[in-house]
Amino acid sequence: MTRFARWGIGAPILAGLFAGVLAIGSARADGSGSATMDATRAKGQLACGVSGQVPGFSLPDSQGVMRGLDADTCRAVTAAVLGDAAKVKFVPTTAQNRFTALQSGEIDVLSRSTTWTLGREGNLGLNFAWVNYYDGTGFLVKKAAGVKSAKELDNATICVQPGTSTELAIADYFRVSKMKFTPILIQELSEIQGAFLSGRCDAYSTDASALATFRFSQGPKADDLVLLPDIISKEPLGVMVRKGDDKWFDMVRWTFAAMIVAEEKGITQANVDTFLTSTDPETRRLLGVEGEMGKALGLDPKFAYNVIKAVGNLGEMWDRNITPMGVPRGINNLWTKGGLQYAPPMR
Amino acid sequence: MSDAAVARKIPTIGAVAWLRANLFGSWVSTAITLALGYIVLRVGIAFVDWAFVNAIWHVPYSKTGIAETAVCQNTKGTGACWAVIVDKYRLILFGRFPYDEQWRPAVVIVLFVALFALSTIRAVWRKGTTARWVQRVALAGAGLIVLDNAVDLLLIVASVGFGVHISDPLAPVLEMLNTIGKCGLVFGLLLLWPAIGVWVATLAVIFMLMSGGILGLSVVPVDYWGGLPITLILATFGLAFAFPLAVLVALGRRSTQMPAVKTLCVVYVELIRGVPLISVLFMASVMFPLFMPPGINIDKLLRAQIAVILFAAAYLAEVVRGGLQALPKGQTEAADALGLTYWQKTGFIILPQALRLVIPPLVNTFIGFFKDTSLVLIIGIFDLLTMGKVALSDPPWQSFSTEVYVFLAFIYILFCYGMSRYSRGLERELNSARGR
Repeated sequence: MTRFARWGIGAPILAGLFAGVLAIGSARADGSGSATMDATRAKGQLACGVSGQVPGFSLPDSQGVMRGLDADTCRAVTAAVLGDAAKVKFVPTTAQNRFTALQSGEIDVLSRSTTWTLGREGNLGLNFAWVNYYDGTGFLVKKAAGVKSAKELDNATICVQPGTSTELAIADYFRVSKMKFTPILIQELSEIQGAFLSGRCDAYSTDASALATFRFSQGPKADDLVLLPDIISKEPLGVMVRKGDDKWFDMVRWTFAAMIVAEEKGITQANVDTFLTSTDPETRRLLGVEGEMGKALGLDPKFAYNVIKAVGNLGEMWDRNITPMGVPRGINNLWTKGGLQYAPPMR
Repeated sequence: MSDAAVARKIPTIGAVAWLRANLFGSWVSTAITLALGYIVLRVGIAFVDWAFVNAIWHVPYSKTGIAETAVCQNTKGTGACWAVIVDKYRLILFGRFPYDEQWRPAVVIVLFVALFALSTIRAVWRKGTTARWVQRVALAGAGLIVLDNAVDLLLIVASVGFGVHISDPLAPVLEMLNTIGKCGLVFGLLLLWPAIGVWVATLAVIFMLMSGGILGLSVVPVDYWGGLPITLILATFGLAFAFPLAVLVALGRRSTQMPAVKTLCVVYVELIRGVPLISVLFMASVMFPLFMPPGINIDKLLRAQIAVILFAAAYLAEVVRGGLQALPKGQTEAADALGLTYWQKTGFIILPQALRLVIPPLVNTFIGFFKDTSLVLIIGIFDLLTMGKVALSDPPWQSFSTEVYVFLAFIYILFCYGMSRYSRGLERELNSARGR
C-alpha cells in the first residue's frame, strides 16, 4: 500500500518533468538559429553594455534616461531584434569589466566606445560588428596662441594623461615630424583641464571627441579654444558581440547597414512611413515591403523600418547626440560625402 | 573685604565667568581667542556669502532643454551655483530609476531612516511572546522558504551540472508556498522578537518597492537602481549580516577545543584583511562570472553585497575579539563554576560585556564601511557618490563640482553623524553601571 501511495504522488511529478523536457526541446527546434537571439526574445529584453559616464556617447540625463550615440546604438539593435527600442536594458560597465560582462553573458552587445584593435578581436573571444564612431587623437589650443595646425606645435608643452594611448600617439607623431615637445603628465581629468585653462601647457591632447566635449562644456568661453584639424591616430570605436554566434553578429552589422542605406536614401524617423509606398526596389527591400531580407537574418521582415522608426538613420543619431557637442562629422560622414560609413547593398 | 575681585564685582558663575575662565584667562589665550575668532568669522561670512547671498538657484534652459549656465560661469568663485543641484538632485539621489516611478526609491529612503530611528529605541529590542504556536508558525514559514529554494537549486544543478533542462511544473505552487512561508515567518518573528520582525518586514518591503513585479508595480532591474538607495542597501544589509558573522568568527578564533574551526577563522580573517576591498569586489565582479557555467548569472548587486559582507565581517571580527580579550578570565571561570553551558556562558556573560567595551571601534568600522560602499563604482554599480560624478559629466555642468560635492558631503554627514550620536548615547546608557 505504501509503495502504491508513493507512486501516486511520484507519477504526476515525473510526467510533468517529462512534459517539461519535451516542451523545451520543441521550443529549441523552431528557434532563429542564434542562441543569443532566442534567449533575448524569450526574456523580451536586450542587455546592452554602455559606459554611462561619457557625454555624447552614454550618459543619463536629468531624468535618468540614457542618452548618446552608444545608447542609441543599443536602441537600434533592440528595435531590430525585438521590434521595440524600449525593451533595451542599459547595463553600466567599467573599462575593466566590460569584456567579462560580454563573455559571461551578462550583456549581449557591448556599445561602450571601445577601440577596434587586432589584439582585442584576436584574444578576447569577441568580435567587432561595426564602427559607430571613427575617433582619433587631437589637440586643443587657445585661440590667442594663433596656432592653426599641429605642425606648428614644435617645442610646445602638452598636457596629457599618463599611460594612455594618447601619450604613445603624440610621442610617435612628434618623432616622425622631427619636432620636440614637453609632456606634462596629469592623471586626474579635472586637474588636467584646469592646468590647460590656467596656461600651464600650450596644448591639451586626448581623443578628439573628448576634446570637443570639454570645449563645449566651457559655455561662452568655448570660442577661446580651438580644436586643431589634425587627427594623429586611429581610434575606431566599435560595437562588440561574442564570437560563435554568427547570426547575432550579422544582426548587429546589418542594423548599421540599414541605418546607412536609410541615410543615403533620405529616409528619416519622421518620413519613413511615406517611403512605404516608394517604387525604388532597394527602399522596398529595406523597409520589408518586398523580398525576404529580414527573414534571412532571422529577424522580422520590417526590422529596418522598426530601427528607423525608433532612432532614425545614422545621420540623425549623429545630429541628436554628437552635433550638440560641437564635433563636425568629418570622416564619420557617409562615403558619398567623403566619410567612411559605407554599407553593402541590401539585396 | 579688600579683595580686588569683590571690589570689581567679577561674577564667578554664568556665561561671562565661563568666557573669562576658558577664553580670556591670560593675555596669551585672549590673543589666540581673538585671532581664531577673526578667522572663524571671516571664513563663516565668506561661506554664507558664497552659499546663500550670491548663490544662483535657477538658470534658463534653451529650447532643446540644454541648461544655459552662462550666469553661473560669471559668478563662479563668488557665488554657489545651486542650479546644478536643482537640475540633478533626482538623478543623484535615485540614479536611473524610471522617472515616473521615483517615488519608490524616495519611500525606500524614508523607510530606511525610519527603521534606523526605530531601532535606536531600546524598548523595541525586548523579547515578545514565547508562545509555542507562534514558534511553530515561524518555523513552518522558514521551512517552506527553504523547500522552494532547495527545489530551485536542484533544478539549477541539474541544468548546469548534467545538462538536463527541466521546466518545473510545480513552480507556481512552490512560489505560492514560498510567499505563504515568508508571511508566516515575518508574522512569527514580529510576535516572538518584534525588532527582528520589523527589520525583516521592512527590508522585504524595501526590496519589493525597488524591484517591483507585485501589486501592480512595474519591474525595475537592478541595473537601473542607483544613488542613495544603493548606498543604504549595501551598508545596511552588509553590516546587518556581517555583525553576527563577525561574532561567530571572533568566538571561533578564540576557541581552544576546536583547532580546525580556529584555523579556518584565522585564515579567513587574515586572507580578507590582507587584500584591499577593491580587489575583493573586482574578484566578485570580474573573476567570479568566468568560473560560472554560461547562462548562469548571479546578480551583480548580490555579488557586491556578499563581497561587502565578507569583508566587513573580517574587520568586525577583530574588533569583537578585542572586546573578548579585554574581559578578565574570572568572568569565564565564574560562569563555568555555575555550570553554564558554552552558549549560555557566551550569550549571557561574555558577549554582553565584551561588546559593550568595543562600541567605539565598532561604530568606527560601521562608519568606515558606510563610506566604503562607494567603491562599488569600479564594478559598474552607481551609488550616491558615483551618481554625483555622473551628474557632473553633463557638459553644461562640468565645472560646478564644488556644489555637487558639498551636497554629497552634507548627505554623508547626516548619516555618519547620526550613527556616532547614537553610539555615544548607547555607550553612556550601557556603561552607567560602571560610573557608580
